[in-house]
Amino acid sequence: MRFFGEPIEFDKQAGIGSPAWRGRAASGAELQAFAVSAHRNGGRLAALWGEDRRRVGEGFRLHAVFGLDMGHAWLGLDLPADNPAYPDLAGIFPAANRMQRATRDLVGIATLGGDQRPWLRHGAWPADWYPLRHDAGEGRDFTNSPSDYDFVQVGGEGAHEIPVGPIHAGIIEPGHFRFAVIGERLLRLEQRLGYQHKGVEKLFIGMNLAEGARLAGRLSGDATCACAWAYAAAVEAACGVSPPPRALGLRALMLERERVANHLGDLGALGNDAALAFGFAQFMRLKEDWLRLNGKLFGHRFMMDRIVPGGVALDLAAPALAASVEQCEAVARDVKELKKIYDEHAGLQDRFVTTGAIDADLARELSLSGPAARATGLILDGRVHRHGYTPPPPWAMLGVRPSNEENGDVAARAAVRFAEIFESLRLLRELAVGLADSELRVEVPPAAGGQGLGVVEGWRGEVLVGVAFDGEGRLARVHPHDPSWQAWPALEHAVMKDIVPDFPLINKSFNLSYSGADL
Amino acid sequence: MIPMLRRILRTGIVSEPPPESAGEREMARLGNEILRILGRALTIRQVDAGSCNGCELEIHALNNPYYNLEGYGIKFVASPRHADLLLVSGPVTKNMEHALKVAYDCTPDPKLVVAVGDCGCNGGVFGASYASCGAVENVIPVDVRVPGCPPTPAALLQGILAAVRR
Repeated sequence: MRFFGEPIEFDKQAGIGSPAWRGRAASGAELQAFAVSAHRNGGRLAALWGEDRRRVGEGFRLHAVFGLDMGHAWLGLDLPADNPAYPDLAGIFPAANRMQRATRDLVGIATLGGDQRPWLRHGAWPADWYPLRHDAGEGRDFTNSPSDYDFVQVGGEGAHEIPVGPIHAGIIEPGHFRFAVIGERLLRLEQRLGYQHKGVEKLFIGMNLAEGARLAGRLSGDATCACAWAYAAAVEAACGVSPPPRALGLRALMLERERVANHLGDLGALGNDAALAFGFAQFMRLKEDWLRLNGKLFGHRFMMDRIVPGGVALDLAAPALAASVEQCEAVARDVKELKKIYDEHAGLQDRFVTTGAIDADLARELSLSGPAARATGLILDGRVHRHGYTPPPPWAMLGVRPSNEENGDVAARAAVRFAEIFESLRLLRELAVGLADSELRVEVPPAAGGQGLGVVEGWRGEVLVGVAFDGEGRLARVHPHDPSWQAWPALEHAVMKDIVPDFPLINKSFNLSYSGADL
Repeated sequence: MIPMLRRILRTGIVSEPPPESAGEREMARLGNEILRILGRALTIRQVDAGSCNGCELEIHALNNPYYNLEGYGIKFVASPRHADLLLVSGPVTKNMEHALKVAYDCTPDPKLVVAVGDCGCNGGVFGASYASCGAVENVIPVDVRVPGCPPTPAALLQGILAAVRR
C-alpha cells in the first residue's frame, strides 16, 4: 500500500485496533518528501520519537506517525550509530519542533538545522548524556544546575514581559509561561515546559507487560483510561491478540465515563474563571457524584489499572450497569438545565464569545486534535466514521456523532464539551445495554521483537502509544504521546490579541496536560 | 437569574460532615485548635512538584460543595508567602527541585509540609532516577504523609488536619 504516490511501501498493522500502516523511509529525503505530501493532503503529524537499536546491531531509528484520512501512517527511518541526524520537519509541520527537541534530549538524534534549544533537559543532566541510550547507565549522580532558557525577546516602546511559573497560582501542574505584553494586551506567549519530566520512557525499558500497564495508567492521571487503553492496544497489536468483545465494551464505558468527568469539571472551572461561582458549585457537585459512582463500580474514582493488556481487570454486573444508566439519565437532566443557564448568562457569554479564538486552518496547520480542533469545525474524532475511515470496535457499531462548532473560541470549546457530554451519556446507555457476553481478558504472549501502535480518542484528543519488544519479550521502548503536545502551541496562538486576565479562562478551555507531554 | 435561584434552592446544602475517623467532636476540637494556633484560618499553598495530576484532581475535589474545605476556614492561596502549609504532590522532578526549595524558603512559619500521594511519600511508580528526586522528603522536610494513588479527598482532609495538630 502506498500513500500520495510516494515510493514508500506500507503494510497494514494486524488486529482490530485503530487502523495503522507501517513503512520504512530509505532516507531522510524520502521522509521529508512524505511529510510534504501528507501535509499537502491535509494530514497531521501525530507523533515523533527516537529509538536506540544499537543493541541489536543497528543504529538509531526515528519514528514519525502521520494522521491521515484513513488512519495512521507509521514511518521509520534508520540512522547510523555515529552522527545520527535527519532533516528538520518543523518547517512542514510546526508541531515537530518540540518533539524533535525532546528526541534529541532523550536519545541524542538531532535535526539538521532548525531549533536546537533543549526542551526536556533543564540542566539536570549534561548535554552529551542521553537517558534513552541503552549504554547511558542510571545517571543519578549528575549535579542539577538549572539552565537559562533562550526565550524569544519582544522589543518596542511599552513592551514588557510577565514571567509566570513554574509554580502557578492555582492547584495545577507546573510549567513556565512568558507573556510579552503592551499594557494589558497580550502580544505573545512562549511556553517552557518539561518541569514534569520524571523519566517515564526510561522506566518503561525492561518492564514486563503488567508493570508497563501500571505506569501507562499514570502518565496523565486525568486521562488514565485513555492512556492505559492506548498502551494495551499497542501491546495487543504487537503481540497479535485481540481483546474479547465484552472487554472492548467495558473499556469504552470507562473511557466515556472519564470524558464526562473531565468535561463536567472543566465546565465548572470555566464558570468559576468567569466569576460564576454558581456554575463551579453545580458542576463540581455533579463531578463528585460521578466519581463516587466510579469508586463504587470500579473500586477506584478514576478507574486506574482497570484496563490491562488483553482486556479488562474487572466486570460490571447487571445492577452496576443499571446504576450507571440511571446516573446518566440524572446527569443529562441536570446538565441540560445548566447549559440553558450558561447559554443565557450575559456576563458569562461576554467572557466566552470571541475569546481565545483559533480557526480551522491554524488547527490543521498545528496538527491539533480533540475538542479544541472540533471547536474550529474540523471533523476529527477517532470514534467517528468519516470518508475512507472506519473506527475500530466498539465504536463502529455505536454510530458516534461528532460534536462540532465553528468559531474556535472559548464559547465554542465549551459548547463542544456540552455536546460531548450529551453524546457520551447516550453512548454510555447504549454500551451498558449492548454489552456482549464474553470473557474479559485473553492471554497476551509477549512477541519477541514485535512492534505495535495504539491510538485512542481520549477526552483531550488523540492519545497514541508506540511499543517495541526486545528479544526476550520485555518492553524495549514505549513512547506515549499525549494530544497536549500539539495543543500547547495552539494555546500560544489562541491568547494573542486577548488581554492578560483572559488567559486563565482560555487556558482552562483547553485544560492541557503537563505530565502527559513532559513524561 | 430565576432559573439559577431555583436550581440553588433545589440543590440545597450538600456539604457533608468531616471524615468519620476524625469524628464530629474531634472536628470541633480541631477547629478550635486551628483558631488557637493560626488565628482565623489555615492557608494552603499547593505545589505540584512532578505528579501525574491525579493528586490534583482530588485536591480540587476538596473545594467542591461536598467537602467544602473553606467551610472549615481552610483556604488555598496563590503564594507560598501567604501560606501556613505546603501541600506537595510528587515525585519531585529534578526540574522542579529548585522551584520547590524556593517555595519552601518563601513560606513563613509554621511552614507545615504535607506530602501527598504514593509518589510524594516514597516516589511511587516513578521512584528516584536521572529525572526524579523521588519522595518530597528528599528535597524539603515533611511533617505528614498522605499515601494513596491518588489519596481520596477524605484522606487529604485528615492529613491536613493531622499536620495542624502537630
